[in-house]
Amino acid sequence: MTLVFACEVVLAGLLVAIATWTIVARTAFAAIVLFMVYGLLLAIVWVALSAVDVALTEAAIGGGVTSMLLMGAATRLRAPTTPVADVGLPLRIAAGLLCALVTTVLGAVVFFLPDVAPTLAPVAKDNLAASGLGNPVAAVLFVFRALDTLLEKVVLLLALVGVWSLASDEAWGGVPGLPVYARPGRILVFLAQILPPIGIIVGIYMFWAGASQPGGAFQGGTILAAVWLLTMMARLQDVPAINARWLRLLLVVGPTAFLAIGLAGFFIADSFLAYPPGIAKPLIIVVEATLTLSIGVTLALLVAGPPERLSQR
Amino acid sequence: MMPDTTSFIDATTTDGYLLVLVIVLPVLGILLSLALGGKFIERITLALLLVGLCVAIAIFAAVLRSDQLVVYVVGNWQPPLGIALRADGISAAMVLTIAMIVLAIGLYARSEFGQQKGAAVTRSSYAFWTLLLGIWSGLNAVALGDDLFNLYVALELLTFAAVPLVCVKGYEATIKAAMRYMLFALIGSVLYLLGTALIYGTYGTLDITLLADRVRPEPAAWTAAALMTVGLLAKTALFPLHLWLPPAHAGAPAPGSAVLSALVVKGSFILIVRIWFDAMPGLLTFTAAQLLATLGAGAVLFGSVLALRQARLKLLVAYSTVAQIGYLFFIFPLAAGASGNELGASIAWTGGWLQLFSHAFAKTAMFMAAGLIAEALGHDRIAELGGIGRALPITVIAFGLAGLSLMGVPPSGGFVAKWMLLSATVIEGQWWWAAVMLVGGLLAGGYVFMVLGKALGENATLTLRAPIARHREVLVLAVALCAVFLGLVPLQPSGFLAIGRPEMQITALQ
Amino acid sequence: MSSAALFGYCGAVLVGLGLYGLITRAEVLRKILSFNVLGSGVFLLFGVFARRGAAAGLGADPVPQALVITGIVVAFSATALAVALLVRLNKETGQIIVTSDDSEESSEQGATR
Repeated sequence: MTLVFACEVVLAGLLVAIATWTIVARTAFAAIVLFMVYGLLLAIVWVALSAVDVALTEAAIGGGVTSMLLMGAATRLRAPTTPVADVGLPLRIAAGLLCALVTTVLGAVVFFLPDVAPTLAPVAKDNLAASGLGNPVAAVLFVFRALDTLLEKVVLLLALVGVWSLASDEAWGGVPGLPVYARPGRILVFLAQILPPIGIIVGIYMFWAGASQPGGAFQGGTILAAVWLLTMMARLQDVPAINARWLRLLLVVGPTAFLAIGLAGFFIADSFLAYPPGIAKPLIIVVEATLTLSIGVTLALLVAGPPERLSQR
Repeated sequence: MMPDTTSFIDATTTDGYLLVLVIVLPVLGILLSLALGGKFIERITLALLLVGLCVAIAIFAAVLRSDQLVVYVVGNWQPPLGIALRADGISAAMVLTIAMIVLAIGLYARSEFGQQKGAAVTRSSYAFWTLLLGIWSGLNAVALGDDLFNLYVALELLTFAAVPLVCVKGYEATIKAAMRYMLFALIGSVLYLLGTALIYGTYGTLDITLLADRVRPEPAAWTAAALMTVGLLAKTALFPLHLWLPPAHAGAPAPGSAVLSALVVKGSFILIVRIWFDAMPGLLTFTAAQLLATLGAGAVLFGSVLALRQARLKLLVAYSTVAQIGYLFFIFPLAAGASGNELGASIAWTGGWLQLFSHAFAKTAMFMAAGLIAEALGHDRIAELGGIGRALPITVIAFGLAGLSLMGVPPSGGFVAKWMLLSATVIEGQWWWAAVMLVGGLLAGGYVFMVLGKALGENATLTLRAPIARHREVLVLAVALCAVFLGLVPLQPSGFLAIGRPEMQITALQ
Repeated sequence: MSSAALFGYCGAVLVGLGLYGLITRAEVLRKILSFNVLGSGVFLLFGVFARRGAAAGLGADPVPQALVITGIVVAFSATALAVALLVRLNKETGQIIVTSDDSEESSEQGATR
């Protein structure tokens, strides 16, 4: 057992322990904090699995904005008047047996996996030069399986519309009810002044570098969303009304550019979502740049929630 | 890539771009309306629906004319690295049905969610039309996708558009129903994704056509198929995972209920069929098929009996959906051809899909009719429907015609579908499903006539809360007539529905 | 045991844990948390298959990695929608759990304008 493997065993054990604790923690607040830790640990596991792009995404989205979202919800939920009754013991035993069965079956599948694994890595590597990118994961996302990414952007937008539709009729078009500090502390204000410039640079760099190294539009966009949320929560910026023209244009510029270039592929390349050889990389950079902006705005608005009031407080 | 004889995907066919168009048109609508702040969204949606109907007809014609698959390889990257879209006879018919029904629902919804000229955009109208576009795009992507992960994203698109539609009016009980729907849908998606992971890990591809050659009956494939099926059953609301459906479909506004019952639950059903018949054809054993059909039988009986006990019209129609979905699962033991009986298999295949299409039209008409009745009376209590037959005769006739399809009475698509399924049970000697279908038909007759009886009753003192425009009643009748016209299909295994499936040998019924 | 297999077992356990939490916890927020744990277990399995597919000079098969990135984003959207529903539900009813059958109420509210 090498040192690296020993570390991985410890990592896996920690991961399972924290996950268990998250599930059984008594208060929602504790569970969410533990979930944040879980997300960051998971990012390290992804690095151990040589999937750095995924590690960045997991740290940013899984450990970052998801925890912000859940924490915001936990603060907004009113405690129920009657205490919540736990699920009865028979159902818990039955569920426990079912889940143990599922885990065992999955573990058995992993155990009996053949030594030689089927893989698309050689095919991806062969076509990497033709795709115009240097990062194979980005090539899969934006070139080989671009339809998935396009539909995923639509899913994001539709989830946002769904969230917005939960507003009340009077508040429609107004300001989302992101929980902000009434009197933000000095440390928070300080951080909200220092971190955003760094965050913006890191986010833009991450999108730019993503063409040839781990990174990309999703990771960069999430960082932009996070620092924007930080400035809003520290009341250095107002939460915008969802009717704002600039907001809506930023939301659609990414998917529109992606779709437009994809449709142009019918004429200038020979297929939908194909790029003409030679200008593939510049086109993809344009798509990724606009997507970074749109993803940043979309994720931040998903955390902010449905509009709650018509004017700034 | 050399095409081999067992592989369907060679290259993009000439009309393949239509497949992309029908998925992308609604996306254009969503982006445009978001950019414009919601102005004109109703008109944009209806215009796109009209264009989409033309594209769907073109796809149908292309498949019919060429008698082959219409294929589009996106970006010219061949699977397994890339993604392909594929329209066989079933998908083409599905896309056409989707286009027709969503257009009808769009026209029907103009009175409730329409935008007045010059008035401000309201929350519910903006949400409704955007979500309708999302559902339309998701449905088309599910019908045409040939890659398991692409189908996952399409299914999520469908779900995220469908859940907020349940509570788009904002009432408290509908929010509870939407929450429960969301939780079931979350479990469903993640189990489906888990199965997809196992399949990739074992076979190295997610393309359904390639998988058909690679999948072997081994534990990993079994586990994946089981997990994906359970997840998709939760989304299709098959008994016993149907608990979320009645409050959600009954609580949604009438156009929403129509699209949810007629089309959205069928999306996950299509995936179950694609997995067992297309991706992993060798895996459907006798036991697995009987198990699925037993759950279907449970749905038919349970749903029909519960429908009889309902006091509210929309709940009755929702429980009827639970029951009619059960019929769809008789495809598994009957059309698998496991017994080696190809005639029975092709008959059952045609019958099962006809059931899906005719139920889609019939249920749309039923929910639309129920919606008009509820608008007119201000309530939907069945016991107090007296006199509505006189006030809204066209609507009640439409409800009755749709009911014919549910009961399986000629002339209707439902009759042809159930007749073919019954013939298949006789040919294959699985008579126990015939018994379930007959009982189900009787129970359906029970609840349909219960409603019609009350509606045709006398009530001299009936005053309508709101007048109902005649053209809306005619629209409902038109949709119900579509279900009836499907009954003009000959009682033969359909050659069209077998396009792209060489294993379905078509022999004529003597 | 290779490191990929180790994390494979880890993923299997996480799936079981997440599924258990999703079924047994009554509060919706805890269900959503468990859903996220379950989802991450599934993604970890994808990652294991990616690592096992290392070839042609790449440390891991890029296709499952891309699928996981897409999946993480989709799971986040699902969480956001579910959380928004929960907050609205809580505002209307004061509940943090989804209780028994309210079909009648739901249908009544769905029938009236």
